[in-house]
Amino acid sequence: MSLRNIRVVYRKELREALRDRRTVISSLLVPLLLFPILTAGLGAAISALVGKAKEEIPKIMILGGEDSPEILAQLHKLNHVDILPATSDWKAKVIDKQVRAVVEIPAGFQDSLTRQQIGLLKIYDYDGDLKSSVAADSIQKQLEEYRGNLVKVNLAAKNLPEAALKPFEVKQQNVAPPEKVGAAAFGGLIGYMVILLCLTGSMYPAMDLTAGEKERGTMETILSSPISRLDLVLGKFFLVLTTALATAALSVTSMGISFFVLGKAHAFDKAGAEAAQQMQLQIHFHTVLSIFIMVLPVAVLFAAALMTVAVFAKSYKEAQSYVSPMMFIVIIPAVCAMLPIDLDAKLALVPILNASLLCKELVTDTYHWNYIAIIFSSTCVYAAVALFLAVKMFQREDVLFRS
Amino acid sequence: MIETRGLSKVFKDKKRGVIRAVDNVSFTCKPGRIYGLLGANGAGKTTTLRMLATILEPTDGTALVCGYDVIDAPEKVRAHVGFLSTATALYPRLTSQEMVEYFGRLNGLDEATLKKRLDEIFTRLDMNGFRDRRCDKLSTGMKQKTSIARTLIHDPQVMIFDEPTLGLDIMTARTIIQFIRECRDRGKTVIFSTHVMSEVEKLCDVIGIIQSGKLLTEGTLAELREKHQEQDLEEIFVKVVAPLYVGEEAV
Repeated sequence: MSLRNIRVVYRKELREALRDRRTVISSLLVPLLLFPILTAGLGAAISALVGKAKEEIPKIMILGGEDSPEILAQLHKLNHVDILPATSDWKAKVIDKQVRAVVEIPAGFQDSLTRQQIGLLKIYDYDGDLKSSVAADSIQKQLEEYRGNLVKVNLAAKNLPEAALKPFEVKQQNVAPPEKVGAAAFGGLIGYMVILLCLTGSMYPAMDLTAGEKERGTMETILSSPISRLDLVLGKFFLVLTTALATAALSVTSMGISFFVLGKAHAFDKAGAEAAQQMQLQIHFHTVLSIFIMVLPVAVLFAAALMTVAVFAKSYKEAQSYVSPMMFIVIIPAVCAMLPIDLDAKLALVPILNASLLCKELVTDTYHWNYIAIIFSSTCVYAAVALFLAVKMFQREDVLFRS
Repeated sequence: MIETRGLSKVFKDKKRGVIRAVDNVSFTCKPGRIYGLLGANGAGKTTTLRMLATILEPTDGTALVCGYDVIDAPEKVRAHVGFLSTATALYPRLTSQEMVEYFGRLNGLDEATLKKRLDEIFTRLDMNGFRDRRCDKLSTGMKQKTSIARTLIHDPQVMIFDEPTLGLDIMTARTIIQFIRECRDRGKTVIFSTHVMSEVEKLCDVIGIIQSGKLLTEGTLAELREKHQEQDLEEIFVKVVAPLYVGEEAV
């Protein structure tokens, strides 16, 4: 093995990669821009949609209620609604989104209230339609307020205190610091994103440096040079690893900045302050470093596994069809880590899932050193096996000259 | 100097079974001489030359290139060989100079020697006008010159050319032919495979005719004429190859 030769190959591959638009886009630009676009763009789009839904004066209908003037009066007190005369095709109008919600007051409702029997008011809406939900929610709120007042009046008439109906309150109180709350909520996502981007960042270069080289006819050129196949694979491997880590590092940085900016932006408006508090995600430098160290063997595993698979292909297109299923192999355990699963000794041996779960713990500043040791060493073993296979593949004539 | 001893290569194919691409081939190429390996498509020329360049490993037999065994010391062999074929393409995103520099470094040249040799070769081949142009922007002729510069950068003693003019226009092919002659004149050992008779007649000092992986005959053009009682090389080739020729489709 010659370090000089590995360096020569690495430098050449790096130079080529930086001149390749597809690599620059997939490994550098996407991770840099993904989070700002997602947080700013999607956030702005959602708040614009919600704002628009809230601004719209929804059209509602009231069915029945001719013998219940009090409840009708309550419904007419609703601000920002346009009450349309009831029609028999009300259901079709809700489905057609011409009417956002419909309240049905059964006959004799007011009488039942007077006799203190439980009456039933129905609100018909369009499930999953935001504007319909906003209209139905405002009707529900108004009716619940009216019901609360009725309860108070009834209790007072019987000379009973309000506590008779509600002897005690129940309240959940968070004791975790806000940054830990944010970390617990987003920790799983960070692990998922870092691991997934590690894979996607290394995918294109891994294919380009193996199957791409075969397709362009440069494989025979490089094999005719005195460099050993081991040095050649390692030079290429380090480039793929670099792109994997660069993609992961850029995505974490970009995500951190996006959350920080989003938090600051929300802090200015009162309504968003609470949300900003919940989204507070303070990742310390030592956490970032820990994540980076833990992701290192995972990135080695991805880079080597991708190269092993891609070198078998004759063309870039064929390599894509071999490599795409690997996305699922990685996504499934990475998604599982977002579920409320706690790390244990057995899970610490499951590749990818173990690193994803560990990332989640590291973000909340929790260090189970025994698991960290198992995960780091097992992933190193998997990575070494993958690298060994990649080297072996590069020594097989039937793979390099597959026709 | 190249010396092959019972060189053989067997490929296993799921559909076609065992294929003996090169079968017990022995010949010698001497410095300052051009050895022409003449054969039809699928005769075993490329496999033989790839084994000499240590890109493929022989299944049986061996070859010595500049005294180094292709099986025991493949890296030493490659350090003394310049290999050029139509399959040896250039890196499209590197410039002509970067391409040659890369192979210079892989051949262990230090930076000062590399620069000196690079300037010398680029001037000799009249390449200075496009040394900073990316390989994917070069014309076919410029690409061939860059490939030649790539094979020459470490000043190898042995040059292996595998159908180097295949698919090239006349002017570019002439540049290659001229380059092969220059290699011989500089005392290098040259082996050259082709199926173009005129190139063999013009260039080769020794001719070997290969078919179905077997070296059927070899000698100078005069010796072959004498041996096979034919004046025209094409007639000699057909006479020698006919008993074994099964056609490209069958291969």
